[in-house]
Amino acid sequence: MKEKPWKPWLLLSPSLTAVFLLLIVPVCFVVVYSFWLRAPSGMDIPAFQFGNYAKFFADSFYPVILLNTIRVALETVFICLIMGYIPAYFFYRTESRLKPFLMILVMLPFWISFIIRTLSWINILGDSGLINHLLLKYGMITTPLPMLYNEGAVIMGLIQYLLPFMILNIYVSLDGIDKSLTEAAQSLGCTEWQAFREVTLPLSLPGVSAGCLLVFVLTCGTYLPPMILGGPNNEMIANLIFKRVIGTLDWPFGSAISVILLLLLVIIVYTYNRYMGINQIFKSLSKG
Amino acid sequence: MKKLISGWTLIKLYTILVYVWMFAPIVAVVILAFNPQQFGTFPMEGFSFKWFVKLSQNSTILDAFKNSLVLGSLTAVFATAIGVPAALAFIRYEFKGKEFLNTMLIAPIMIPEVILGVALLLFIRWLQQPKSFALLLIGHVVLTLPYVLLIVQARLVGIKREYEEAALSLGASPFQTFREITFPLLAPAIFAGMLFAFTISFDDVTATLFWATAQNQTVPVQIFSMLRTSISPEINALGAVMILLTVSIPLAAGYVARRFARGNTP
Repeated sequence: MKEKPWKPWLLLSPSLTAVFLLLIVPVCFVVVYSFWLRAPSGMDIPAFQFGNYAKFFADSFYPVILLNTIRVALETVFICLIMGYIPAYFFYRTESRLKPFLMILVMLPFWISFIIRTLSWINILGDSGLINHLLLKYGMITTPLPMLYNEGAVIMGLIQYLLPFMILNIYVSLDGIDKSLTEAAQSLGCTEWQAFREVTLPLSLPGVSAGCLLVFVLTCGTYLPPMILGGPNNEMIANLIFKRVIGTLDWPFGSAISVILLLLLVIIVYTYNRYMGINQIFKSLSKG
Repeated sequence: MKKLISGWTLIKLYTILVYVWMFAPIVAVVILAFNPQQFGTFPMEGFSFKWFVKLSQNSTILDAFKNSLVLGSLTAVFATAIGVPAALAFIRYEFKGKEFLNTMLIAPIMIPEVILGVALLLFIRWLQQPKSFALLLIGHVVLTLPYVLLIVQARLVGIKREYEEAALSLGASPFQTFREITFPLLAPAIFAGMLFAFTISFDDVTATLFWATAQNQTVPVQIFSMLRTSISPEINALGAVMILLTVSIPLAAGYVARRFARGNTP
């Protein structure tokens, strides 16, 4: 069938226009603005200087927040991986009739309000939350354990949000593995564990790495969990941007911090794409 | 063989524990919403709908709810209106730069919302436009578009081109073909895209905090400002309502879609 070559472009034009005008241009604006000077009043002054970046690296205050963000992201990735791999493997191997139902349950949190999920941890970890209530009631402690407003609580909230992404990514990868491969390994004398280690695990690595990247990137840009569950020392880079832009209206400096965050993520995603290919992530996301 | 079974039991147990961990906080919110005590905490002392009643009299929340519903619905309509044609172009046509453009349209998923929030607000400020409902709507459409694309593309792959070609070769006009063949086959994909866009818009906090004005508060933003003062049991009640709503909509939609699909296939 003969195609009119302009037809796909016509179909694409609304989306392309929207993304170009409302996303790419504004993000370029942020980059431009990060070189501007802040005016004490009124509009900021156009300039090309690195003062905003110099301010970020002038003392340890801001870099420490950046490093904190990266550390929290790595910790979250690690815990998500440990918590997520086994359930994903369970879905891959199970022949239970409940499997579709259990899969829907994993995806259910996607549909539940993020802010509700985040603040729900206050009911569990707070001074009069579930854990302290039970511990006090059975006399195991006399004063409530301080479990809220620290890094642990922030990570709890982050995992709650990101674990389904990890499980789905790993599951999609596992699901693509031909089960007869493990059977073959076992019939050749491998134990169950050896077959897993030598066959299944290596073949699931694309999903594992896609899950890790997604969790890392999403953690780096996170705003709510540190805000709601963290203490004053648990600020992350996104909180800093929000404070500078909405709080003190320091647009040029806020832009510079945004560019630093964006650069960090671009470097990581670019490196990942070089070695693994970014499409794995989209493949898993579309199942969600 | 004995050892193998115990390994599998451990895996099952571990999975159950992960589920418990994932759902315990959510269940706690729903339970505590019925606690009549002044502080929304354990222990439960009685059972009442007191906080739901109080919630229904809170005009700020009701306004926010209305805003969220309108915003979510409009976002769903606009995002699918521009997303579905793009998905069609990617699935049905071959053209230069297809891979690149597809990645470019979906990659915004990876950009932190904080940055999208700053960027669009900065742009609006440069254009010397005030924050408005339109800004919120535009922002939400940009935010949800990649998800709509992903969902609709995934569904479109499953629709065979041959049906349309058959209709055309039997003498149907292109418009008739679209109306009679493509659209009915496409409807579930469009519906799924809309539902997804609605939920994301209804849920969004981070970017919305940048774009919302005092007149255009959404429910999550309202919850956020309630949190700053204290954690009242009203928040748990609101949480319970939100959980019920956002969980029942997709479940009901899934049910309707299945009925719909069954009606369509002989």
